[in-house]
Amino acid sequence: MNSLTLLQVAWVALRVNLLRSILTMLGIIIGVAAVIIMLALGAGARYDVDQQIKSLGGNVFVVFARGRFMGGAREASGSSQGLTEMDAQAIEQQIPEVNVAAPTLRASGQLIYGNLNWAPEIHGVDNKIYTAQSWELAEGRSFSDTELASAGRVAVIGQTVKRELFGAADALGQTVRVNKMPVTIIGVLKGKGQNTQGNDQDDLIFMPLDTVRKRIAGMTLSSPKAVRSIIVQVTDERDMAIVEQQLDSLLRQRLRISDNQSGFSIRNLAEMVETRSQTMQIFNGLLAAVASVSLLVGGIGIMNIMLVSVTERTREIGLRMAVGAEPRIILKQFLVEAVLLCAMGGLIGLTLAVAVSLGLEYFAGFTAIIQPQVVVMSLGFSCLIGVFFGYYPATKAARMQPIEALRFE
Amino acid sequence: MSHTVVETKALEKHYQMGGQHLRALKDISIRIAQGDFVAVMGPSGSGKSTFMNMIGCLDAPSRGQILLQGEALTQLSAAALAKVRNKYIGFVFQQFNLLPRTSALDNVLLPLLYNNTPRDEARARAQACLQLVGLGDRLDHQPSQLSGGQQQRVAIARALVNDPALILADEPTGALDTETGLEVMQLLQQLHQQGKTIVLVTHESDIAAFASRQLLFKDGSLISDRSSIPHSASAELALLRQQRMKEVAV
Ligand SMILES: Nc1ncnc2c1ncn2[C@@H]1O[C@H](COP(=O)(O)OP(=O)(O)OP(=O)(O)O)[C@@H](O)[C@H]1O
Ligand SMILES: [Mg+2]
Repeated sequence: MNSLTLLQVAWVALRVNLLRSILTMLGIIIGVAAVIIMLALGAGARYDVDQQIKSLGGNVFVVFARGRFMGGAREASGSSQGLTEMDAQAIEQQIPEVNVAAPTLRASGQLIYGNLNWAPEIHGVDNKIYTAQSWELAEGRSFSDTELASAGRVAVIGQTVKRELFGAADALGQTVRVNKMPVTIIGVLKGKGQNTQGNDQDDLIFMPLDTVRKRIAGMTLSSPKAVRSIIVQVTDERDMAIVEQQLDSLLRQRLRISDNQSGFSIRNLAEMVETRSQTMQIFNGLLAAVASVSLLVGGIGIMNIMLVSVTERTREIGLRMAVGAEPRIILKQFLVEAVLLCAMGGLIGLTLAVAVSLGLEYFAGFTAIIQPQVVVMSLGFSCLIGVFFGYYPATKAARMQPIEALRFE
Repeated sequence: MSHTVVETKALEKHYQMGGQHLRALKDISIRIAQGDFVAVMGPSGSGKSTFMNMIGCLDAPSRGQILLQGEALTQLSAAALAKVRNKYIGFVFQQFNLLPRTSALDNVLLPLLYNNTPRDEARARAQACLQLVGLGDRLDHQPSQLSGGQQQRVAIARALVNDPALILADEPTGALDTETGLEVMQLLQQLHQQGKTIVLVTHESDIAAFASRQLLFKDGSLISDRSSIPHSASAELALLRQQRMKEVAV
């Protein structure tokens, strides 16, 4: 008996008991669908995180001064110095693996334009920030050397700030007031949109470091060139570990901090995001485990029905044996039936999973990615379940004595 | 002397039921030649079916030997026995034993599925056999759409399809009324005339009279083996139908 005939015979047997076949498949359908959906959501979350890391730069460290620098007088009285622009320069020059080290400051304040006001993040930067954080200009220009050296009253604004204050109108050349100081808009950044935490990345304004340091009220600094943080971009992501060590020893030396003190922290943004995403991963793993259990239960359902089917069809088995079916062919026939049942269940489950994933993406805003290997794996796995749980009933059928099977009532 | 199809030598079948030992067949030695039409008779429980199952390779003897087409059947594996059944034997059962929800054609070609006959050839042969039993126009009917007599004829077509050396029929008329029973016997006689070797189990002497040789079993022993001139099933059928017509007319 060739395999095509076997398949046909199995198909006919399943079709004859259509409703029962479908009900039997249900366990596999739900199990496969659940596994695929969980893995798709997991892969989607993973993808989101990767995108976020990419947008932050997987090759970026942020160095913070700890307790040495803050916007208030209270903390300005620290005995040793905090981070300065010179530290950023030193990092860039003395660590060859570093592409760029951008010093930054943060301040808060109100922007007023006409009768509108808006409170974005105010960043003091130099032009290295464009490379370090992958910003691009949509229009206008970046700061000139003169503006950087003389605390020029100029600003580059993000897309959100432009939209809120200027709408569709031209922002270039307009003057806004930042904490009462008039500042001219010379450039507008290209939008980055929301990050995966849902924060707007475009709600910010760049001004030269000195402008923020000297002209935004309320800043008392530990040193004239003090900065809040330095964004360090490494040329090759594989050098992250080396650079982290070098940063540590360089800064300890420059800030005169001994090995057992901590005066600064070096953070890798990618790591931070990844840590956050791990919780999500564990959750997904748990759901996938639950889904696997439902697959297992589905498999047991298959075994149960196959056992019933074997008993019900005892006379048929006897007849097939009487007309010349060898035990191994009877075994194959029932195995093929179980595998066919599972394979069809797997296919239907896959279809269901695709539909649900699309629904989740469309209506609930999830990212769901069904990877081809997951499809192959889950279909292969459902066939395996068929073999595993179909084997015992099939052996039971194959071991029957023809005469007893024919006499079975 | 014509060619021997099946031969048994001191055949015994014992059953162990609880503590009881039952000799269902006792020392049966017999030879069935090609072209024989044998009726196996005897009261219920005399061992007719047991004997039939032995020579049909459905069950193994406790002692003694069976030679089918000169080949000894003892010591064969289940798989080898299945091959022997497929090649040499066609079964007809009292309860027809057709596959439900399966067309007459597919039922008939079932034995051919198990010896890898090419699909087209199998279909052609199954169709020819159905035509032979007078069901050439019922190929696609399922058992539930056929009368009892028609179902039994499908079963006979199935028994014929692989051109076996031996046709075994265990009470083929048992589930049928007199007229359809006679029709089935007419068909078997026809096959006998074409040279088929047939063994028929029955406990009705009227039915046994259509065979050319009668074996009588009692308590597992063969107590008589005689040949006779068979009655004609066609003639009896014609007679029966004539009577029916008269009854209707009156
Ligand atoms: N599987 C079995 N286990 C135990 N005893 C059995 C078995 N099969 C048959 N027998 C016994 O063997 C004896 C012969 O049975 P068999 O079926 O051959 O009778 P039979 O002549 O065909 O009867 P009937 O005309 O009623 O069909 C009976 O006494 C029966 O009880
Ligand atoms: Mg019997």
